[in-house]
Amino acid sequence: MVKVTFPHMGHMWLCVKAMLEYLGVAVVIPPPSSKRTLALGARYGPEFACLPLKLNLGNFIEASALGADTILMAGGCGPCRFGYYAQVEHAILRDLGYRYELVVLEPPERHVGQLLSRIKTITGNNSWKRVYRGIKLGYQKIRAVDELEREAHRLRPREIVPGSTDRAFQEALKEIERAADLEELAAARGRAGETMRSVRIEERDVLRIGIVGEIFTLLEPFANLDIERRLGRMGVEVDRSIYLSEWVNDHMLFGLIKGLRSRRDACQAARPYLKHFVGGHGQETVGSAVLYARAGYDGVIHLLPFTCMPEIVAQSILPVVSAEMDIPVLSLTVDEQTGEAGLMTRLEAFVDLLERKRARKNVEGRICFG
Amino acid sequence: MVKGLCLMGSKVGIPRALLYYYYFPMWRTFFEELGAEVVVSGPSTKSVLNQGVQLAVEDACLPVKLAFGHIAGLARKVDYLFLPRLVSVASREYICPKFLGFPDMVRQTVPHLPPVIDVDVNLYRRNKYLFSAFKEAGKFFTASAARVYLAYRQGLAVLKEYQKLLEAGFMPEEAMNLLTKAAGKKRSPAAFPLSGRSSGQMILAGEEKPMVAVVGHPYNIYDSFISMNILRRLQQAGVKVITADQVPEPVVRAEAAALPKRLFWTLSQRMIGAAFYFLHAGRVQGLLHVTSFGCGPDSMTGELINRRARAAGAVPLLNLVLDEHSGEAGVFTRLEAFLDMVCFRGGKFQEA
Repeated sequence: MVKVTFPHMGHMWLCVKAMLEYLGVAVVIPPPSSKRTLALGARYGPEFACLPLKLNLGNFIEASALGADTILMAGGCGPCRFGYYAQVEHAILRDLGYRYELVVLEPPERHVGQLLSRIKTITGNNSWKRVYRGIKLGYQKIRAVDELEREAHRLRPREIVPGSTDRAFQEALKEIERAADLEELAAARGRAGETMRSVRIEERDVLRIGIVGEIFTLLEPFANLDIERRLGRMGVEVDRSIYLSEWVNDHMLFGLIKGLRSRRDACQAARPYLKHFVGGHGQETVGSAVLYARAGYDGVIHLLPFTCMPEIVAQSILPVVSAEMDIPVLSLTVDEQTGEAGLMTRLEAFVDLLERKRARKNVEGRICFG
Repeated sequence: MVKGLCLMGSKVGIPRALLYYYYFPMWRTFFEELGAEVVVSGPSTKSVLNQGVQLAVEDACLPVKLAFGHIAGLARKVDYLFLPRLVSVASREYICPKFLGFPDMVRQTVPHLPPVIDVDVNLYRRNKYLFSAFKEAGKFFTASAARVYLAYRQGLAVLKEYQKLLEAGFMPEEAMNLLTKAAGKKRSPAAFPLSGRSSGQMILAGEEKPMVAVVGHPYNIYDSFISMNILRRLQQAGVKVITADQVPEPVVRAEAAALPKRLFWTLSQRMIGAAFYFLHAGRVQGLLHVTSFGCGPDSMTGELINRRARAAGAVPLLNLVLDEHSGEAGVFTRLEAFLDMVCFRGGKFQEA
């Protein structure tokens, strides 16, 4: 029987695992991305490949030690490099002597049968109806996890006992993970919400920062050095421009689920600055910065892996958005050389700047209206 | 933007950068047929690059920074800047994300810009959309759709001649000079010293000099400042140089088809197809892979070329990474060592 593994991206593992195990597929979750994972990926991956590729590669090498023999990857048709990740990673692994089967889920080249037969190699004899229910379970878990994350973003800067939000969040995640089908999930969601509500908070005047950028660096705490928690501890409420459930809805479910934030709004907002899609999330990044400015956020942080092509386009354009919409923007490029101390210094300086800006605005407000 | 018709003889600026090396003859013919004067920025220099480095974001790649420098130099001298948004130049393929966002990057970064003609060239779904790009561009100069169409046809014809010259082994600047000379006399294919070479085998024939293939993006290898004149230097060292652009399209496509999945970057497809061909063609004794620091597509295709070259083992490969800090001395030392190895191996093969 095949043992399927897949790369880490934030809490995605929790949903894919639920989906595959529901279908009776054996799953090997790679150890959480760590310095070791990155060191492996950087050693064997191409020097100028972007960070996600190196982490993927490290994940696969580490998962192989746990017995995984099949890789499940998403693909794409460009122009972002991600569309060719699976093939390059597979070639590298093969030359290193790892015997992996590769299953890439991507828009079919010829006809939809290609995609269906690829899915069948993983799901085996499950009926399509059961496959559908598995996907639904996975998707509902993503929704649940995203809800918890949003709640954690709100609680963290307001918590009375430092660290209590993180503890509650981890506990709540476990509740969601344990749910084996849709009925259990509904109950687990209730209990998880309960756990989050148990965090004691006080109302404070907090700064709000929108985090925009490339999806992997946004979603994977190891890649962004846990930026959301760091900012939360500094008393900043954060929001992300991309949550996994929104991405899945936009890109895999053709926007069937209504009421979610959609990339269309972001692309629309980007048009005065960037008229055309540029692959990846370049246009969404520019548009989301505009939307955060309109929503009255204090600042925007732009995350991108070193050499990321779509985000470099966005990075060139963001200074103009920042000037025209009067919102400070901090671009942070991450790669295997990124250090914690450097990041912290820049975050602290940025938060200082936002605080002063807000204080000045309050004073001006009092002079005008007080 | 107000699309008022401009006067005859207005100046259209085209930067000597990026896909200038592939499409300039067509662009020039098109605009000249419509009565415009075409102004090209001068050859790249240290100061052009410095200007680009100052304007562009730090993370941008070398060719984009250089293009910014060229555009900044042109901006005040022309009435229009032609910066087409090259989304896709072949079905189901792109160029690179930076080409998709290029006009916007320029507009938000370079000061004192004249009106920018940033028509979309997008053949991702259908080939016939090429004309719609030129139709848009033509509206800046004439209201006559027929005139625009004729200028477009003329441009296409010149492009075809230009591509034939490239395949025959002329370097872009040489080929452009030949075209200009021929245009002075009469436009006919017979005006060119072409021997009608069309198959891949033919280009590899010729005198028994060692042959080195140079594979890289056109804007890196053909810009003599950026490439530190590598092509000329190789020729002076007594080596016959061949580039990916001399391999006929069908050969490139057939070689690239060996990949597990079709590449969605047109330029990389050419580079990788040509490289695979050179690796087993027999006549090529060395492969030089030129890339610029931080190039996204090259990080992937370079890896695949490297692995293929190592597996084949017959042809030595040198990876040359260029950036704005590259020193001539370092590059030349590596190039010399590489040539020594190529010639040494060549000599040994002859004795055996």
